[in-house]
Amino acid sequence: MTVALVGTGVAEAVSKSIPGSILASDEKTVVVSADKLYPAAEFLKTSEFAFDYLANLTSADYLDYFEVVYHLVSLKKNHSLVLKTRIYGREAPAVASVVPLWRGAELQEREVFDLMGISFEGHPNLKRILLWDGFPGHPLRRDYL
Amino acid sequence: MEVAGIPEVYSSRELNLAEGAEIERLRCTATQPVPEPSEWLDEGDIEKNILLTTVERMIHWGRHYSTWPVNFGLACCAFEMISLAVSRFDISRFGMELLRASPRQADLMIVAGTVTWKMAPAVRRLYDQMPEPKWVLAMGVCAISGGTFRESYSVVPGVNCIIPVDVYVPGCPPRPEALMYGLMQIHDKITSADTTKDLKLPRLGGARQR
Amino acid sequence: MEATETRTEPFVINLGPHHPSTHGVFRMRVTFDGEVVVDVEPMFGYLHRGIEKLAEGRTYTQIIPLTDRLDYLASMTNNWGYVMAVEKLAGVPVPERAEYLRVIVGEMMRISSHLLATGFLINELGAFFTPLMYMYREREKILDLFDMLCGQRLTYNYMRVGGVSHDPPPEFWPAVKRFVREMPGYIDEYEGLVTTNEIVLARTKDVGVLSKELAINASASGPFLRATGVDWDLRRDDTYSIYDRFKFDIPVGTNGDVFDRYMCRIQEMRQCCRIIEQALQQIPRGEFRARLPHLVRPPAGEVYGHIEAPRGELGFYLVSDNSIAPYRFHVRPSTMINLTTLRDLTIGWKLADLIVIFGSIDVVLGEIDR
Repeated sequence: MTVALVGTGVAEAVSKSIPGSILASDEKTVVVSADKLYPAAEFLKTSEFAFDYLANLTSADYLDYFEVVYHLVSLKKNHSLVLKTRIYGREAPAVASVVPLWRGAELQEREVFDLMGISFEGHPNLKRILLWDGFPGHPLRRDYL
Repeated sequence: MEVAGIPEVYSSRELNLAEGAEIERLRCTATQPVPEPSEWLDEGDIEKNILLTTVERMIHWGRHYSTWPVNFGLACCAFEMISLAVSRFDISRFGMELLRASPRQADLMIVAGTVTWKMAPAVRRLYDQMPEPKWVLAMGVCAISGGTFRESYSVVPGVNCIIPVDVYVPGCPPRPEALMYGLMQIHDKITSADTTKDLKLPRLGGARQR
Repeated sequence: MEATETRTEPFVINLGPHHPSTHGVFRMRVTFDGEVVVDVEPMFGYLHRGIEKLAEGRTYTQIIPLTDRLDYLASMTNNWGYVMAVEKLAGVPVPERAEYLRVIVGEMMRISSHLLATGFLINELGAFFTPLMYMYREREKILDLFDMLCGQRLTYNYMRVGGVSHDPPPEFWPAVKRFVREMPGYIDEYEGLVTTNEIVLARTKDVGVLSKELAINASASGPFLRATGVDWDLRRDDTYSIYDRFKFDIPVGTNGDVFDRYMCRIQEMRQCCRIIEQALQQIPRGEFRARLPHLVRPPAGEVYGHIEAPRGELGFYLVSDNSIAPYRFHVRPSTMINLTTLRDLTIGWKLADLIVIFGSIDVVLGEIDR
């Protein structure tokens, strides 16, 4: 059985290593600030948490901000964590890409870019994946249509 | 004559009378010899019709037993199409087991599944690449009208927006039996087609006069 | 005479979206040098139907038919993954009998899906259509069983939040028992025809090798991951439903090549039969669906539910705002993420191997594009 780590405990460890990176944390999730996402993710992968497997990457639009959600799993230790980051502003939302850490993010980040319009800095091949070039708008945003 | 158990409706006398009346009617009307057919039929029409419809029907008969579909699966429905092609349902009974990978060798397109706008140019091109005469069968509600995905931003609301469709087979997905019925409809359409209907063909009688 | 040096120039070939061996409308832009693959770019979206957006406008129950059409070769497990996520979100208990029914149909679905995967793989090795005839023979039996359950052959819409839609009719039980008894014999038959076939071995051994580290790093899942030697199966490692009550092994490959993927699937089918046998012995009588209000209205919150679908980890990420429709509905597409490594697997191989390697990943476009 995969153990879901308590978010507050992980958040403590992350903020000890990377000060000022935690926006919020609760039972299940850790929310890091967008500019500190990459170091926080790197810490979670390389530290004793050993999150070697990115199970899922997705995003949600809460109108005030976009949330990018990372479901991390450690196959070695069989535990999991929900990592989130928030991006404010609807014009050109951007966050660091985690492809250098987990290759599995490659196509999922492209999908988020296509359907939600969040660009990932440092992605090797960021372009539309499901829709065609020239499609107006990003359909998964709440204000689409 | 009475047969035991069966109530007598007509007596043999009544039947005999009716038969006699028929003989008498014919004897009274058939007083003059009937003119030979060339005197009362338009000779040209006869020759045109008999000759052309016969050849046409023969071609159609041969054609409908060898409609080769394009091996063209878009979504879920494609697997019911493959089910139809393998042993249990077996479309080779209708001379169609050759699912052609190339549209240039096929004359029937089974649009099996949702057509998206991204796929639409490819569908159109495949249709254009097929040689005439060709038929299209829209399989499943997605191909017919967009189905459950009709209101989506990326789905074509019916493949007939892109290419002309001959037969629609509803279902999500249609069972192989339903698809088989649709194929029978295509066959009917092929055999009952009248290609000379709108043509102004020269009268054969006229040709003889020249 | 002096030999002249012959050079080849790279050229680009477009494979798909209409191609007989791309399992639907998948497209690859392949650069070749002679016959050798230099670069592969997978292109998606030819079946993008916007399911995630459509789901935001439908109630939780109305979404179940949409999930059928994701991975249309494994509709039952799609249903299952989705309703499990909703149950987790809404805190709905599921009756025992429903859990057993779900396991039985889920494992039958896995057999059916693996049958097609192996059938098409051998199809792509050049044995055109004949192996598929064998695989379809058994698949039709499974479809007949599902037909008894819910009257559909492909898109079942069988699971409901809090149970399943119907209790099986009485004639279902002898039929499923007979099927489970006969299936291992059929698997032996396939193995006799394929596994030791010299051509199959030559074409699949050491072809398209994926390393353990890359598989984990690229979030591979399902038989594709296990063939590399990673012993990870959500049924055991993140036990859901009632899988902790059954004894079954998880077949693991060693090499991560095409042959290992094939063997993993064949062995998994045998384990599925074992699980169904045990479930048939243990299944209790009782309710098949929890008594729930007509409209499911989960409390505000979010959930990520995942199950081991035939093709890998199928996840559903749901965000609820305490209304009758989800605020956000996201599907983790297992096969799309498996395709991340397509380029690494195929570079340096020939065109014919590219088709085989792609076939061994076993993709379904409905799930990739959604």
